[in-house]
Amino acid sequence: MARRMVTIDGNEAAASVAHRTNEICAIYPITPSSNMGEFADDWSAVGKKNIWGTVPLVIEMQSEGGAAGAVHGALQTGALTTTFTASQGLLLMIPNMYKIAGELTSTAFHVSARTVATHALSIFGDHSDVMACRQTGWAMLASGSVQEAHDMALIAQAATLGSRIPFLHFFDGFRTSHQVEKIEELSDDDLRAMIDDELVRAHRTRALTPDKPIMRGTAQNPDVFFQARETINPFYTAVPGITQKAMDEFAKLTGRSYHLFDYIGAPDAERVVILMASGGETAEATVRYLVEKGEKVGVIRVRLYRPFAVEAFLSALPKTVRSLAVLDRTKEPGATGDPLYLDVTNALFEHGRQDIKVIGGRYGLSSKEFTPAMVKAVLDELKKALPKNHFVVGIDEDVTHTSLDFDPGFSVEHPETVRCLFFGLGSDGTVGANKNSIKIIGEETNNYAQGYFVYDSKKAGTLTTSHLRFGPKPLQAPYLIGANTANFVACHQFTFLERFNITKYAQPGAVFLLNSIFTPEEVWDELPQEVQQDIIEKKLRFYNINAYDVAEKTGMGSRVNTIMQTCFFAISGILPREEAIEQIKKAIKKTYGKRGEAVVQKNFAAVDQTLANLHEVKVPAKVTSKTTRRAAVPEAAPQFVKDVLGPMISFDGDTIPVSSFPVDGTFPTGTTKWEKRNIALEIPVWEPDLCIQCGKCVFVCPHAVIRHNVYDKKFLDQAPATFKHMESKFKEFPGMAYTVQVAPEDCTGCALCIEACPAKDKTNPARKAINMAPQPALRESEALNWNFYLSLPEVDRTAFNPGTIKNSQLLEPLFEFSGACSGCGETPYVKLLTQLFGDRAIIANATGCSSIYGGNLPTTPYTVNRDGRGPAWSNSLFEDNAEFGLGYRLTLDKQMEYAHGMLPAFATELGTDLVDALLKADQSTELGIRQQRERVAILKQKLAHSKTPQAQNLMAVADSMVRKSVWIVGGDGWAYDIGYGGLDHVISTGRDVNLLVLDTEVYSNTGGQASKATPRGAVARFAAQGKGLSKKDLGLMAIAYGYVYVARVAMGYSDQHTLKAFLEAESFPGPSIIIAYSHCISHGIDMSKGLDQQKKAVQSGLWPIYRYDPRLVDAGQNPLLLDSKEPSIPVEEYMYSETRFRMLTQSDEERAEALLKLSKEDSKARWSFYSQLAAMHYGQTENK
Amino acid sequence: MLDLTTSYLGLKLKNPIVASASPLSEKVETVQQMEEAGISAVVMYSLFEEQIIHESLELDNFLFSGTEISPEFNAFYPQSGKYTLKPDAYIDNLSRIKKAVKIPVIGSLNGVSAGGWIKYAKKIQDAGADAIELNIYYLPTNPELTAVQIEENHVALVRDVCKSVQIPVAVKISPYFTALPNLARRLVEAGARGLVLFNRFYQPDIDLETLDVIPNLVLSNSNELRLPLRWIGILHGLVKADFALTSGVHSGADALKAIMAGAKVAMVASALLQKGIPHATRIISEMETWMGEHEYASIQQMHGSLSLKNMQDASAFERVNYMKVLNSFRMLP
Repeated sequence: MARRMVTIDGNEAAASVAHRTNEICAIYPITPSSNMGEFADDWSAVGKKNIWGTVPLVIEMQSEGGAAGAVHGALQTGALTTTFTASQGLLLMIPNMYKIAGELTSTAFHVSARTVATHALSIFGDHSDVMACRQTGWAMLASGSVQEAHDMALIAQAATLGSRIPFLHFFDGFRTSHQVEKIEELSDDDLRAMIDDELVRAHRTRALTPDKPIMRGTAQNPDVFFQARETINPFYTAVPGITQKAMDEFAKLTGRSYHLFDYIGAPDAERVVILMASGGETAEATVRYLVEKGEKVGVIRVRLYRPFAVEAFLSALPKTVRSLAVLDRTKEPGATGDPLYLDVTNALFEHGRQDIKVIGGRYGLSSKEFTPAMVKAVLDELKKALPKNHFVVGIDEDVTHTSLDFDPGFSVEHPETVRCLFFGLGSDGTVGANKNSIKIIGEETNNYAQGYFVYDSKKAGTLTTSHLRFGPKPLQAPYLIGANTANFVACHQFTFLERFNITKYAQPGAVFLLNSIFTPEEVWDELPQEVQQDIIEKKLRFYNINAYDVAEKTGMGSRVNTIMQTCFFAISGILPREEAIEQIKKAIKKTYGKRGEAVVQKNFAAVDQTLANLHEVKVPAKVTSKTTRRAAVPEAAPQFVKDVLGPMISFDGDTIPVSSFPVDGTFPTGTTKWEKRNIALEIPVWEPDLCIQCGKCVFVCPHAVIRHNVYDKKFLDQAPATFKHMESKFKEFPGMAYTVQVAPEDCTGCALCIEACPAKDKTNPARKAINMAPQPALRESEALNWNFYLSLPEVDRTAFNPGTIKNSQLLEPLFEFSGACSGCGETPYVKLLTQLFGDRAIIANATGCSSIYGGNLPTTPYTVNRDGRGPAWSNSLFEDNAEFGLGYRLTLDKQMEYAHGMLPAFATELGTDLVDALLKADQSTELGIRQQRERVAILKQKLAHSKTPQAQNLMAVADSMVRKSVWIVGGDGWAYDIGYGGLDHVISTGRDVNLLVLDTEVYSNTGGQASKATPRGAVARFAAQGKGLSKKDLGLMAIAYGYVYVARVAMGYSDQHTLKAFLEAESFPGPSIIIAYSHCISHGIDMSKGLDQQKKAVQSGLWPIYRYDPRLVDAGQNPLLLDSKEPSIPVEEYMYSETRFRMLTQSDEERAEALLKLSKEDSKARWSFYSQLAAMHYGQTENK
Repeated sequence: MLDLTTSYLGLKLKNPIVASASPLSEKVETVQQMEEAGISAVVMYSLFEEQIIHESLELDNFLFSGTEISPEFNAFYPQSGKYTLKPDAYIDNLSRIKKAVKIPVIGSLNGVSAGGWIKYAKKIQDAGADAIELNIYYLPTNPELTAVQIEENHVALVRDVCKSVQIPVAVKISPYFTALPNLARRLVEAGARGLVLFNRFYQPDIDLETLDVIPNLVLSNSNELRLPLRWIGILHGLVKADFALTSGVHSGADALKAIMAGAKVAMVASALLQKGIPHATRIISEMETWMGEHEYASIQQMHGSLSLKNMQDASAFERVNYMKVLNSFRMLP
């Protein structure tokens, strides 16, 4: 039977087999494996069956540890069970993996291998996670391409059933997991042919059942454990044979032949490189090329890494081999070599092959590019009499000088391969359109096709790069399209040309397609000089289209994807024009058909109107432009920012040498201010004539781009001409000037400030005290005004009470210009934290959105005040954040205790007054903290010259006597799910820590998977049918302790309440937890209306706001203050204004209605419960 | 035995009380209750042009929003799901309702411009509807647009819809036309079998606290009967169509007046929303009582009996009547 050719990514390829050959999938989201679980969940949700005719049961767990436990249990009771994971997730599975292997249990896990966090987190690919499992007793099978991920998933499943040894099937995260390729799909019959039902039944007969009771998992003593552990040896000995047999059967079935070690190269090769996974594809292509050129080289691609089949390895080696280079994609500091290198050297040693020279090297950590040039460099190194051992390739390692040089211009690609590069904006649909293009090329032509997509680190104004390859020959090219190699370069956003070197990718004679607002006659003069130069020198064919105009006229809004896609097909000529247009329309119908005819029609209209607007530009012979590309960071930036962060911003980070980096992952804060991204089309403009100086716009701004200040009028003498100001209305600051100022180049244009502004023009209520206006015209003047504004002095923090919104917003935010989504609902809370306590805050941040916008390079938003103080920030893991933050507190408490203990001994040197004051300081106010800082400064001054060890010890911990504020920040995935055990323990300790839960009710950062915070009726990833059960009441669980301060807030309902809760939580001398409603792009809302949604959530009764302050009990009062009013709007008015709920009415109306009814009951019950709790009498009884 | 039967759009109806488009036709159960209460036909709630287009675009917008912004995810929502957009749900619902009741079910399409959305007329037909009510209301805010252009658009739309289906089409219009009789005739020439006078719609209100303009719908009362009564009275005999009177039918008396003015049916919605579905039974019984008391044997007898063509003094329906009313007010003590 003919098999289908499909164009899919590696995750889908692996999940497709896993879903069809298992009964249970216990999953948990983690990049880059989340999609596998999502595919499985989606397929089960629509009733897709496995090869035995039953729909696999997919369950989301609270962590990968939990998923592994559930998998273990399901396996032990006889179900075919799998999971998908990566990185830290895989590490959390290790304890169960030992058990599963020790019990000889058949299962195959599918892992998109990802870097394990060390000095930094990285979501990208290498083998550090899977290599951390090589001691668990699992077989390890590596795939190098999308086709292989599909094939090996099946081979792993067959081999695990045959051998009883569990299989870890892995492929490179992102490079394979997210690479889209045309592959041959395995049919259900193929799967049935490979899976022996006898073995499945054998698996079931080993299950635990009370009908035939056994026990497994005994505790054993020194007398027998060892012997019992050695019983498994024959099973491991059998694995290679069983796996090869499965591979051979697979080859008979499909014609694709694999071996435990595949050798490719000259039969008489003298130099051979050994590696696994996607790097093997690159090496294979390089070796084939070099052999054709007459070089005696080869490559061994390791398929089965564990058990390491020494015989098979040795027999794969050509007899002529003189030297071997072993490449590892992981780093084991301190080892005598990285894992594969050690295995290879040992195999050779044990078999007396010391005649072969072996060197080992490292490549590709965290998806670092690995190209044919690097393979060649490695093979060339083997020619040398004294080759480098323990080298690295792909980076400039200029500290211990281990790196190999390579020629970036070296290419092995077939001359007929076409390479296309597209630079798009995250919100313009470029990636989606290119995925469709690659499908069209893959499925409608005889070409091989490959697509790979790269994103920058910001979620607002994201730059996306699509790398598309196609051609008549197989594309073994799992690496990016490099400089001077693209046949086609498209820039979908004109402003990119000002920031990035885009034309450098074009090869001579290539096509350059630009979307600009300019006419074909105007566009040339608008290009920066560097771009003009490249176009002329490389003789590029230059096409221009005003896709914005076409999009606007056809109802596409900002989505230029379909238009640019049509241009691509029209210019590239891959298909005849009419056929291309027909195929684009077919793809549109397929992609958007489910969304309704109107969507299809507007896309069709866009396609139809494109060609008339596409023009080839006549390229003049010389450069005429007056503008040049902007520097990544301004001249005034600190050296480190210029030297290290600047190149990263320009996408030249690959060129930065090792010596430029901090050795321990420590980075300076306050760097976002140097990256002027200018992504807003419109920015807020302040109207002093209407302003009531309430500060609400400042309060809600997610990006800290709106600030207000009161200052002495004398400063206005120096103000730029367009700088706006008015008389201060602050009662604390009469007679002073007041200004609201916007940072024009940092604003994302979300317009939340406009929504928050309560001041309307009486004669034109549509005009508020702050309104949006186009940014370009304001950019220059407002940038000047912003710089002037920053030069104004900050108001003395001790001179006012921060308890009102307007006052609190006089405090400088120490969190600014983050890369969060435009209009983010989380960041206003984080910003508020830094305004109130930032100069003494130390933040533990759970992995998630807040750690990404908080700590993803190149630039980071936490910053310092004029005294150099500001939040100190770190991210440990996802699961341990509460404990990590508690550790901060323990240190601070211990060090303060230590300092206090030492102080009395210094009474003479310091004076008893100072010692007493330091010991008894009241630090409950800003003034008290300032005075204590001054005391510590005096102490340091007095002891500065003292050389005694005691004095130096005291000096080292003296700062701990100034009150610090420990904040433990994270999302609901952390607080409700993976980190809940730790969170619960930390609040139970009674220690003075503050937890801020940014509750978006979904795993936002990994793409919207349901958490226990997800409300009933919401559709989410892993809850494709709408979450059936109600949201966990985390606040109530914390209240149950009685000694924890708990607040549930929603600033869109009451900003004052939020402010009060933050102040109270921080002042509470024990654990506090604030659960903050954070509207999110994942809710499917207009983000400029986020505050409205918050308000509706509270008004509907689904998010009652309250504060629980244990201090009130001492005063004889009920500690629970229910701060919202009785539900005043129907639940559906809130729910159905968000896509996440409304979707269910479109996919399953009956279920939606049932869940809505239950949600209404939830609202009533919640209100009833809380109002009764809040009404309880707490005072002393009057009856004496 | 009183004969309450009438025919409307070629449909034989057991009485002239028809439920006009309202939320009461959203559920099978309430339509069944209306049938039990004696309602002779039901016009389904409206499927709006905006709904057909807007909902599709909105879903697309939100499914797209937030995609392609991070390497960590492609999209926030499950992608394999099938969406039943409101228009398709409407068709499904109509089909369910049609199967659940014996009385005729009339689909209702509400829109104003020619375009892809009118294919839903055919879908409504295919789902089993006995007729279609096309509700046209357009608020012209563009000073460049002339009355002629607007009317032309309306006529063209009716022509397109009528061409696309075999079942009869009634057109529901607003009273705000300079030359209503002329338009009415052209709509009928374009294919309309019936005219429904008049549609009611959201009107803006102002919230003094928030300084926002808030549109809402106010339910009708019997006083609103007068306007459609006048126009049906005038058009009956001038325009060859079945008339339905809607707006202000709250009692048997109101319904009888409608028939006498020339309506084939009187449509109720606000009355049932305010007083409950059983109120339909009361309306019918009030009609029967009046007819008995006044010795009318059938509805046919009174149909159009007090329309303009039957009036000796046309001024009762025409402008002079207006002056008389004013005079009569002046004469009040």
